[in-house]
Amino acid sequence: MSFSATNFAQPRPVPVGVRSNEKPLSSDASRFRFRGPPSFLGSPHSLRFKPIPPFKLAIPHSQRSAASSVTHIANGKMVKSSANLLITKEEGLELYEDMILGRFFEDMCAQMYYRGKMFGFVHLYNGQEAVSTGFFKLLKKEDTVVSTYRDHVHALSKGVPARAVMSELFGKATGCCRGQGGSMHMFSKEHNVIGGFAFIGEGIPVATGAAFSSKYRREVLKEAGADQVTLAFFGDGTCNNGQFYECLNMAALWKLPIIFVVENNLWAIGMSHLRATSDPEIWKKGPAFGMPGVHVDGMDVLKVREVAKEAIERARRGDGPTLVECETYRFRGHSLADPDELRDPAEKARYAARDPISALKKYLFENKLASEQELKSIEKKIDEVLDDAVEYSDESPLPPRSQLLENVFADPKGFGIGPDGKYRCEDPKFTQGTAHV
Amino acid sequence: MATLFHGVGAALTPFSASNKLLLPSPKSESRGAIFLHRSDARVNHAFNLKPATPNQDLFIPNAVATKRETSTKSGHELLLFEALREGLEEEMERDPRVCVMGEDVGHYGGSYKVTKGLAEKYGDLRVLDTPIAENSFTGMGIGAAMTGLRPIVEGMNMGFLLLAFNQISNNCGMLHYTSGGQFTIPIVIRGPGGVGRQLGAEHSQRLESYFQSIPGIQMVACSTPYNAKGLMKAAIRSENPVILFEHVLLYNLKERIPDEEYVLSLEEAEMVRPGEHVTILTYSRMRYHVMQAAKTLVNKGYDPEVIDIRSLKPFDLYTIGCSVKKTHRVLIVEECMRTGGIGASLTAAITENFHDYLDAPIVCLSSQDVPTPYAGTLEEWTVVQPAQIVTAVEQLCQ
Repeated sequence: MSFSATNFAQPRPVPVGVRSNEKPLSSDASRFRFRGPPSFLGSPHSLRFKPIPPFKLAIPHSQRSAASSVTHIANGKMVKSSANLLITKEEGLELYEDMILGRFFEDMCAQMYYRGKMFGFVHLYNGQEAVSTGFFKLLKKEDTVVSTYRDHVHALSKGVPARAVMSELFGKATGCCRGQGGSMHMFSKEHNVIGGFAFIGEGIPVATGAAFSSKYRREVLKEAGADQVTLAFFGDGTCNNGQFYECLNMAALWKLPIIFVVENNLWAIGMSHLRATSDPEIWKKGPAFGMPGVHVDGMDVLKVREVAKEAIERARRGDGPTLVECETYRFRGHSLADPDELRDPAEKARYAARDPISALKKYLFENKLASEQELKSIEKKIDEVLDDAVEYSDESPLPPRSQLLENVFADPKGFGIGPDGKYRCEDPKFTQGTAHV
Repeated sequence: MATLFHGVGAALTPFSASNKLLLPSPKSESRGAIFLHRSDARVNHAFNLKPATPNQDLFIPNAVATKRETSTKSGHELLLFEALREGLEEEMERDPRVCVMGEDVGHYGGSYKVTKGLAEKYGDLRVLDTPIAENSFTGMGIGAAMTGLRPIVEGMNMGFLLLAFNQISNNCGMLHYTSGGQFTIPIVIRGPGGVGRQLGAEHSQRLESYFQSIPGIQMVACSTPYNAKGLMKAAIRSENPVILFEHVLLYNLKERIPDEEYVLSLEEAEMVRPGEHVTILTYSRMRYHVMQAAKTLVNKGYDPEVIDIRSLKPFDLYTIGCSVKKTHRVLIVEECMRTGGIGASLTAAITENFHDYLDAPIVCLSSQDVPTPYAGTLEEWTVVQPAQIVTAVEQLCQ
């Protein structure tokens, strides 16, 4: 069973482009000491799982690992065996473009915030693009995604136009949520992005519900092709929250088509993951509930993509959930209001050296998948997209007063019957947004 | 029964001034075979129950409005929990997307038997036994509702839904709005609450007061088998998230309800007993305490108008307003706590809208601000009793 703990005995894979003898990752690596071989192989119900052939992943060959790795790193260069490259040129460019879109968009957000175009809490995703891109580019449009407040790039990767996201951040009526949601509530029915949640952990049950819907469609409504998969993204801080565990239980119990993706960036605002968690290895919590738990280097988009492929296929087949812990890092503070003084500059520098965009660029060049020119033209294209998005958002109208009461209820009769006997929503002032409700 | 009277007679057919009740013909106000029964309030203007002689001389043996004979002996008798089940089953039959989730709803049949037999009929996925994780399975219901299903989440006891408050407030109420109207959440959250028979403080909570501020949700409270079934069906069919409050002590009420399908309005109040002297607003179990008090009051010569507000959020200010304009005195009898209860909100709403019509300050009888004690005597004193209602009316009508 490829996702069991033992196949990833070393939870410290070495990323692409870095020498194999590089000191492992977190600043408190000593506390990441591995506690000897796990005593069980994934789930105690190992009979439930179909044996999956060991898949190929670019990690160093470990003595304990049963998986046969395709590539291994020697002297910092990728050495390929006879197997193919992990991606084609088109895929490579698609991944690159998506990550550049995420990065440039977030940088533009910061700019706009400091220029006073957006307000409130804005949480930027710089540095974590590999997780988003690695997963999203394998999804179908019908698949559902649930995110947290750090959701701009999730929405963009899923296909929500940059214009819609930027207008939403500006609070304009043309935003994806009509300006009513804001930075932390990105929703798109068309692209099946169901949030955007401000409280951590809140979205995980909602994601579980979306996965339940998918299973219900398949088994109760007998809809053909109802194999939509749900992805729930959340951080390391959320993994100490009750909702996380309750949903791991239910998802595994009913074999829901969901993937729990932990974006472990080691910090919950100013709280180090290691100071908040008794056992910091989050992937181990999957097998405790009867689902595979995987740890992957979240700064390497190709590794994330490989893990994602397996997990998504597993869910689509109906084999149940997977817990994927992506070790990643945010280059900026928790939000634009966070001075980010607590994190060790050496730690930041170490992760900056593992920038996923640089890593992918290097991979593309080394494997002759793209030229400098092609990548530059992608960056230029994205620049234009973003300039257009900002211009569009600037010119979009603010929501009028009439919008105030419109979406409180799907059925506005919910505002009740007024003293005059008519439903309040029939009051002409209702559409003006000035009715007394 | 007053409820039957109300229900059958409330279709929008004009009433003559005589006390004869015109029954709705099947052709009136129907979509298919369904009646949408609207409250009596609209009709009351034309339908005048005032007897010819002055009230003081008239001895009304039945505190509720006179029972009318139905032209056919139709309808079937059942208990309130069976009425809820009937409503639920009819909706599940009608729409395959309707599903139930909660603790012990499946194999056990529901702690109050509301879902008995449904799991055998519809399967374990459609009547889902959840683990004990209210916050998460309520959130799961919300996620399912957003992605096309119509779930009914049962709280084994309303008090347990305090654990789901995060999901109910943040997601249930808000997501339609924060998504700019993109996602609807047609969820029904239901369960028994209220003070039972010595269940102890935690199992005797009245959550309607805690939930009432949440924007984006509707709250209804059922009190009879007739309105239980009607409100259950209306709640399931509604596109809004609805919280349906049942009461632990009312599950075994028996009543004869129509065989035909009917759906009640979620936003309307129910006229239980028309009257002239004072408007008594109540809901859920207190309706029965009020009606018991009404018997005493009638014997003493008072003519109270009793309205079961049913819709706790939003309030049906029309029915209430018409009544206030008629009687000019208001008594609210509720089971919520004194502080911040439904009665407190209702008092504010009536004062704001109908202040000019009041001859006396609104009196609100609520439960004591006390965690419900276990001892029977103490428990009795925390809740409003009929004797207190009688006293309050007497004082109000001086």
